Order: sequence, then C-alpha cells, then structure tokens
Amino acid sequence: MAHKKTGLVSLEEGGFAIFLVLLAFVCIIVAGKTFDQVMAFHAGIGALFAAVSVFLIFKNFFDDGGEPFPAEIDGKPNYNMGPVKFGAVAAMFWGLAGFTVGLIIALQLAWPALNFDLPWTNFGRLRPLHTSAVIFAFGGNVLLATSMYVVQRTCRVRMPGKILPWFVILGYNVFIVLAGTGYLLGVTQSKEYAEPEWYADLWLTIVWVFYLLLFLGTLWKRKEPHIYVANWFYLAFIVTIAMLHIINNLTVPVSIYSTKSYIVWAGVQDAMVQWWYGHNAVGFFLTAGFLAIMYYFIPKRADRPVYSYRLSIIHFWALIFLYIWAGPHHLHYTALPQWASTLGATFSIILWMPSWGGMINGLMTLSGAWDKLRTDPVLRMMVVSVAFYGMSTFEGPLMSLRSVNSLSHYTDWTIGHVHSGALGWVGYISFGALYCLIPWLWNKKQLYSLKLVDWHFWLSTIGIVLYITAMWVSGIMQGLMWRAYDSLGFLEYSFVETVEAMHPFYIIRALGGALFVLGAVIMAYNLWMTVRHGEAEEAEATPVGSLAPAE
Amino acid sequence: MNETYNAFASFAQTWGLVYFVVLFGIVLAYALWPKNAKKFDDAAQIPFRED
Repeated sequence: MAHKKTGLVSLEEGGFAIFLVLLAFVCIIVAGKTFDQVMAFHAGIGALFAAVSVFLIFKNFFDDGGEPFPAEIDGKPNYNMGPVKFGAVAAMFWGLAGFTVGLIIALQLAWPALNFDLPWTNFGRLRPLHTSAVIFAFGGNVLLATSMYVVQRTCRVRMPGKILPWFVILGYNVFIVLAGTGYLLGVTQSKEYAEPEWYADLWLTIVWVFYLLLFLGTLWKRKEPHIYVANWFYLAFIVTIAMLHIINNLTVPVSIYSTKSYIVWAGVQDAMVQWWYGHNAVGFFLTAGFLAIMYYFIPKRADRPVYSYRLSIIHFWALIFLYIWAGPHHLHYTALPQWASTLGATFSIILWMPSWGGMINGLMTLSGAWDKLRTDPVLRMMVVSVAFYGMSTFEGPLMSLRSVNSLSHYTDWTIGHVHSGALGWVGYISFGALYCLIPWLWNKKQLYSLKLVDWHFWLSTIGIVLYITAMWVSGIMQGLMWRAYDSLGFLEYSFVETVEAMHPFYIIRALGGALFVLGAVIMAYNLWMTVRHGEAEEAEATPVGSLAPAE
Repeated sequence: MNETYNAFASFAQTWGLVYFVVLFGIVLAYALWPKNAKKFDDAAQIPFRED
C-alpha cells in the first residue's frame, strides 16, 4: 500500500542503490566479456543479487513512505530482529548442508567408489565445501545473527541503518554461495580456510567493513554506559578477521575476466602468512566469536551472571594478545626457520592459561545451579560445549610441540583434534545459542520439545565421541606406522598398508558423523515446530518495523 | 644478514618479554583494582537488564 511521500530517499538508501546499480553493471560487463565460464556464472549471480537488492530498496521505500523506523516505542528500544532471524535460519540451513557434506566425504574416505568418478563430487572439491560450509556458512551466520542480537540487547539500542544490516547478512550469504559453487566447479586458491578466489574475497571485504561499521555504530549509540564483555569478544573477532582476510588474500588476478589470481609473495612467506591467517581463523573466528556467545547465552540460560567478570577481562586481553603469535606451529619441520616454529609453539603453550580462564568462567557460571543441567538439555549442551573447549585447547598446545607434532602432523589425529573443537565446542555452543534464540526471536514461551533436544544432545554426543576416539586411534597408528623401521633400516610399511589399517576407523568415524547429522535434523525439525506451533509469549507486542527489505 | 637476525632476535627476546609482562600487569591492575569492583559487578548484570 502506498503512503504519502515524505521526501527523497535517505542517503543510506540512495548510496546503497547507486553502489548496487554500478555493481550490477560491472557484473554484467564481466559476465559478457569473460572467457571463463565460472566467472560468467558468478558475475551473473552478482548481477542478479545487486539488481534484486536495488528493486527491494525502492519497493520498500515506496511501501513505507521512506519513514525511518522509530528507535524506541513506548520508551523501549525497537530492536531490529529481521536480519537476526534471517541469519538464524540461514545458519540452520547451511549447518545441515555442511554436516551432510562432511558425512559424504567421511564415507568417501571409507569407500572411495562414492567419489562417483565425477569432478564435482570428488573428495578434493567436497572437502573445502564441507569446511567452508560448517565454519563460514554455519558458524558465520550464527556469529552474525547472535552478534546483532547481543549487541542490540546489551547496548539497549536499535542497530543503525535500514539497509545496512540487511546488506551485511544478505551480502555475507552471497559470498557463501560464490565460495561454495566455486569449489564445486574447481575454482580455488588452494589455501586452507581461504579457498575463495579474489573476487569473492573482495566482496567479503566490502561486506565485512560494513559489518564492522554496523557493530561500531550500535556500540556508539548505546544506552548502557559499560560495553558488556561479549561485545568485546565480537569486536575482536570482527576486527581481526578483517585484518587476516585482507592480508592473506593480497592477490593479483590474472585479469578481471578470470577467476585465477596469484598472491604477491611466494614460497615460505606465503606459507607463513597462510598459517598466521589459518590459526587465527581458529583463534578469532572459532574461539573469540563463540566465546562471545558463551558470555551472553550461558548467563541468560542459567539465569546467573558470569562467574567472574574480572576473569573475563583478564582472559580476553590475554587471549587477544597471545593468539596472534601461535600460527607458525602449523609449519614445524618445513622451510620455515626453526626459531619461528619455536615461537609458535611457545605461544601455544602460554595460551593454555587464557583458554582455561575462559573455560573456568563458563563452567563456574553454573556454580550453585548445577541441578539445571539435569532438567535443561539446552544448558547441558552449552556446558558440554565449554568442556570440549577446555579439552581441545588443552590438546592443541600439546600437538604444537615439535616432538608431539612429528608424530601427529599429517595424520588423522589432527582431524580428530579439529573435530573435538568444531563439533564439541563450536557446534554445541551454536546449537545452544540457536535453541535459545529461536523462541526469543519469534516470541515463543519455549521450545516445541525439550525431549527432542535431549535426543539431539545424546545422539550427537555419542557421535562426537565415536568420531574423535576413532581419529585418535587411527591417527596415532598412522603416525607410528609411518615412522616404523625394520632391523635393516628400511621403512616397515608402505603407504597403502597404513590406508588399509585405517579403514575400520574411517567407518566408525562416518558412523559418528551420521549420528551428528541425525541430531542436527532433529534440531531443525524442533526449531521449525517451535516457530510454527510454539506457544506464544503473552503480553509482548511484536516489535514494529522488524520487517525490512528482504521479507 | 646474520647480524640483522641476531639484533632482531635479541631485541625480541628481551623487550618482547618486557612488553608482554607490562601489558599483563596493566590488564591485571585494571581488572583487580578495588575501585573497579562495583563497576564490574554491575556490568555482569547487563544481560539481565534488558527491555
């Protein structure tokens, strides 16, 4: 319906519209002139996204008369939860996709025939699809959604901008689509966790800068004088990821019509920058970001303030200043100078302290309320997540020592370590956050079924235990077989013998993965039913203006 | 080459340590300063003060 016009489009609407129109034209030109079919496809996606966004900006403007949404209604902040809802749903969707692809590649390792001899479905292409889908698509959307929620709530103010929050969340998901389809079609930089090529990287940089502005803008407008600790962790995550992403992707494209690019440095420098990036993706994406979730959602769910706010400050600064140095431990026994790898290992050991500071703070928040673990499976999930955080941050520094690394590196032990952190810590804290967030966002009293959460918890816990124990055994066995010599000094086993010996463990791992996927399917059903049929929370009006362009 | 390396290494091994110890000292002082106690207790309640 048309309202009477109150004026011109705002600077924000006009600015985004002009930017997106220009982007659409550039994309169309590139798509038309390129010799590279994947580039044509991706430029087409870009043009479509930009054009539809411009349409939505103007449609929205004409529908609501260009009136800005009120920052407050009846003295209460009018929070902008539309983009948060989108992010939460996207996280669940990408989570299911990413976990399933993980299961498929686990099955491929056990039964290689499942590669189907097709380029698009072989392990080499599906593996980065899996890692990016779970880390950046699932984890990223969880972080974006929760950060937008938490920063508004703890600052007691509406996020700035009408288009900006939607640009951030939708633009990020466009990046995911570009990255994921690129891998399947064979476009990759071949750098772990940094596989997307230059144009996708450039797009993410733009989105990320706007994300930073959105977050800072919300902090700037805050009504609460103190910035709550969760926001410090989110801010560290946003700023550091921007820095890491830009530096590790300083590439020169072959041409703007080509998907291929080359990094400006080469050899061991490239390797060092890559693992400085890679390890801090763990430190600031998978740790700092999810610690922010811990610091908000565990106190909320347990209905108790964090155990020690002072400890949270100490462990925040210690974590931030130490993590950035630990990267070289990924390059023991390589062309990297030994002092650099020693430095990486030393800082990894020092990281025990801040890591465990965080774990203690998360766990002890429950002190005096441990009985809640019996009755609330959501809280149990988050507490187990923190326990997994403690375990994998204990294991990691051990594996960073050169002597341990000589056994563990390049074996399945690393895969087991990563998954105790990823499935246990990141996965469970995200599940817990989504189980809290969905009823809050849709104004429901509670989840559709706590019993189903229980099922999810136990199925995936058994799955994780199967997964990591199988990988420990298989990894250590693999490492020992590689270094076994016979009495004449020859290697005792050929490579294929190690592969044969690992086969049973690969099957156990795939079984664990299947249980984890099954748990996630139950979760998706439970959340769907919560939104559709959950009992509404009384006496809480739906916030006006939560509808925005893409709804 | 070797001299530059040695110079950098000895600088890092001495002043690097001082840098981290001083930083940690500042953080500890800020977090544990008795006057700040009330402020932090109050901050811990922020998640429960929402509208």
